[in-house]
Amino acid sequence: MKKLNLAVIASLLVVAVSPIMYSLNANAADKETINSVATLRDATPIDVQKEPNAIPKVVNKDIKQGRNYPMQPPVIPHTTRSYEVNKNNNKCMSCHSRHRTEKTQAPMVSVTHYMNRDGNFLAEVSPRRYFCNQCHVTQLDAKPLVENTFTDMHSLMKEKSKANKH
Amino acid sequence: MKNLLKIGWQTVRKPSGYYSLGALVIGGFIAGIIFWGGFNTALEVTNTEAFCISCHEMEDNVYEEMKTTIHFSNRSGVRATCPDCHVPHAWTDKIARKMQASKEVWGMLFGTIDTREKFLAHRRGLAENEWRRLKANDSLECRNCHNFDYMDFTEQSERASYQHSTALADGEKTCIDCHKGIAHQLPNMKGVEGW
Repeated sequence: MKKLNLAVIASLLVVAVSPIMYSLNANAADKETINSVATLRDATPIDVQKEPNAIPKVVNKDIKQGRNYPMQPPVIPHTTRSYEVNKNNNKCMSCHSRHRTEKTQAPMVSVTHYMNRDGNFLAEVSPRRYFCNQCHVTQLDAKPLVENTFTDMHSLMKEKSKANKH
Repeated sequence: MKNLLKIGWQTVRKPSGYYSLGALVIGGFIAGIIFWGGFNTALEVTNTEAFCISCHEMEDNVYEEMKTTIHFSNRSGVRATCPDCHVPHAWTDKIARKMQASKEVWGMLFGTIDTREKFLAHRRGLAENEWRRLKANDSLECRNCHNFDYMDFTEQSERASYQHSTALADGEKTCIDCHKGIAHQLPNMKGVEGW
């Protein structure tokens, strides 16, 4: 009788645990596909140190790049190595501020940078817009790790009107 | 005792009365080599980076800041040491600068900038000294390595070649006017022209 009880408990346990085990296995499989997508480590096993990729160069062509949507902060088309933006100085503003653009021929930071949150214009760049690199970044000459499927509004509208014509 | 002093004084006053002319000439010549050589060697020792950063004021502040800049680490492995930029290379100018440096010895002895806070408080003044010197000699210490005549504008970025072929070429600006703080961090630049 005792033996029968044990057998019942064991079989119940097997029934209860097997789906969990199965799902664990499935998770591992999923993880594998996730890991194969893209990281800087590629598919290097966890216990192996990967030879690091070469550091890509900063794009320094001084050619304006397009914006993907109207509110996108423009990207920086030049190197900014050791440009100081701190409590004391803002190196970016030594070219891009209103009173420097004539000499430097750099684009002036947009007028919104001089506005405070109430929409009043200040004489200097507003403190909340002071740290340029919060929004504006240089670009590296590198291949994207993950494909980007972003489509901007204009392309969408164009596609739609094309579809309507047919 | 009095006699000894008298003989000593007369030897100094009229050495040729006591030593042969040949010995005096040769002795003077050798002594000259030793003194001049010694002076020059000592001068050159003070003109090395190792000497500069033997004071913690230099090692912990300006030297540490320089390490991340292009004048310390770059693709071609050519690097500038402290005296390359901060001591004139021509002899007379170098001696003049060395005499000024006696004030820096004073500052070191009395701890004028012996903490980071004190250094930061003095930074604007110290930087202005260097800007003034480089402005006055048309950035000579930059030009010891960066020769305008051999600049290839086509190798420069568009912005750089524009500025170098206009403002720098016609002498309106000199290197330091734009390239401030390239090897060290900047002080507060409020009121500095071009900022």
